[in-house]
Amino acid sequence: MSEVPENLKYAKSHEWVLIDGDTATVGITEHAQDLLGDLVFIELPDVGTTLEAGTECAVVESVKAASDVFCPMSGEVTEVNEDLVDAPETVNSSPYDGGWLFKMTISNAAEANDLFDPETYSGLAADDH
Amino acid sequence: MPFIPHTDDDIQAMLKAINVDSIEALFDEIPKNLRQDLAADGSPTTSLKSVPAGLPEFEVARILHERANQDGASSCFIGAGAYEHHIPAAVWEITTRGEFYSAYTPYQAEASQGTLQLLYEFQTMMASLTGMDVSNGSLYDGASSLAEAVLMAVRANRKSKAKRILMPNTVHPHYRETAHNIVHNQNITLETLEYDASTGVIDVNSLPEEPGDIAALVIPYPNFFGGLEDVDVLTDWAHEHGALVIAVVNPLALALLKSPGQWGKDGADIVCGEGQSLGVPLSSGGPNYGIMCCKQAYVRQMPGRVVGQTVDLDGKVGYSLTLQAREQHIRRSKATSNICTNQGLVVTASTIHMAIVGAEGLKRVAAQSHANTQALAERLCQIDGVQKCFAGPNFHEIVLQLELPTETVLRSLAASNILGGYALNKYYPELGEAILVCATETKSDADIEAYATKLERVFALQGASRCPVQPKMR
Repeated sequence: MSEVPENLKYAKSHEWVLIDGDTATVGITEHAQDLLGDLVFIELPDVGTTLEAGTECAVVESVKAASDVFCPMSGEVTEVNEDLVDAPETVNSSPYDGGWLFKMTISNAAEANDLFDPETYSGLAADDH
Repeated sequence: MPFIPHTDDDIQAMLKAINVDSIEALFDEIPKNLRQDLAADGSPTTSLKSVPAGLPEFEVARILHERANQDGASSCFIGAGAYEHHIPAAVWEITTRGEFYSAYTPYQAEASQGTLQLLYEFQTMMASLTGMDVSNGSLYDGASSLAEAVLMAVRANRKSKAKRILMPNTVHPHYRETAHNIVHNQNITLETLEYDASTGVIDVNSLPEEPGDIAALVIPYPNFFGGLEDVDVLTDWAHEHGALVIAVVNPLALALLKSPGQWGKDGADIVCGEGQSLGVPLSSGGPNYGIMCCKQAYVRQMPGRVVGQTVDLDGKVGYSLTLQAREQHIRRSKATSNICTNQGLVVTASTIHMAIVGAEGLKRVAAQSHANTQALAERLCQIDGVQKCFAGPNFHEIVLQLELPTETVLRSLAASNILGGYALNKYYPELGEAILVCATETKSDADIEAYATKLERVFALQGASRCPVQPKMR
């Protein structure tokens, strides 16, 4: 069973979000990186881009697949994890910490209510197997 | 189990689902007079009316020989995107060996090491000629390679949002039309950049100071007139304005000229073009192949197959397709392109050609083609009524202005088995009666003299008919 930290919110498409006031940090779950396999390339959004919840915001590419990452919440990108450009495998080894993708200023905090809590997401991920 | 998957019941069910009476009704929008499969009463038949009845093999061979002879003996001075060059006999002898003889991309690395290694060598040669970091395993042809390069530049230039491309009208007109057809429904606009009337290249002093948001500038090298654009200034100008640089090249010319990777301060970003000059014969318009190379930073936006070198479990060198996550069988609708089977066999010939001729050989072919074209132009311009259209350096093509209609001149030359050049009237009416001529290394001094002698005669005869009273010459 893959790790699902208690302090995060989750999207059905396997992104996690850490909400701290009006700032959110976004990544993909341990379960997602496990499905994808070894990541070789990550295309991140540009800082300053305005994103809407549910739209494509990044691409994670592994040796066997390339998948879109969907933005869990609406807002403006304030910072991207530049370390991933040269070390995309960090997402495999540390999906919830060193492998974060980008940070954003959220424009609608209520959208968090549409995301899953850890328990619900755990059940969803377990059904995948 | 039958190979035809649709039973009559299946077909009826599908027609019903789309509310159409018959399969025939699906073709209603095709005008009846264009249909070759309709009998006089308009009913469909299984025979095509414009196709004659069958002939014995012997008869067919005789007819084809006759027709082949119609263009077999001509002395060709037409370039305009497809060039006659010497191809060593070994090239196609090796290419058509059973081990190589397939047009298909080798997915199955364990059974295709030879073909994969050859494609890897091809990519190495192309990257070397263009001065780029990476090459793909080829595209379909030069024109569609430019369209792909435009699409790629729009994807890759993330700072630019406008989807505008600056396209000089010294780019091959067919390439511009093809690129337009492929990209215009994606809201990409190709904005024309005019050439200078005296030089036939872009006047760098006329470039806009505030061009706005442009995704890329296309630089043809050599350009359609054979002229050499000021690539360093153009490249730096584009980069200063946040645009990528797409070089559309004749790779043979790069054996002699500055490679796009060396242009300006940072070099071109994407290089595309037509590979036919490298070992592929003129053959009624094809098959040709397209090339595409780029800087490492843009490799994931590049379309087409890429072969990589790796090692197997025992540490032995091997080759396989790589970066496939860009491609349609993995990335589906978001793939960088749906090019899967490239021009594998033609590229095989081209790679073997380059390996046989070598870097020095390519350089000599390019230099001799340049020299022959200069000699041809000098000789033809001795004729009263013929002059060069543009000042400035050129590679192996040059524009000549005639004081007679191009149609008359070219038809008279063709009657003597000389294909005298490409008439520019259609795409460049502002040049008046002008032709684009090319003399590659295949042309001898005698060939050039034969052309000049015939042209002199054409001008003497036609010139005489324009002048009712002949001056006495003795």
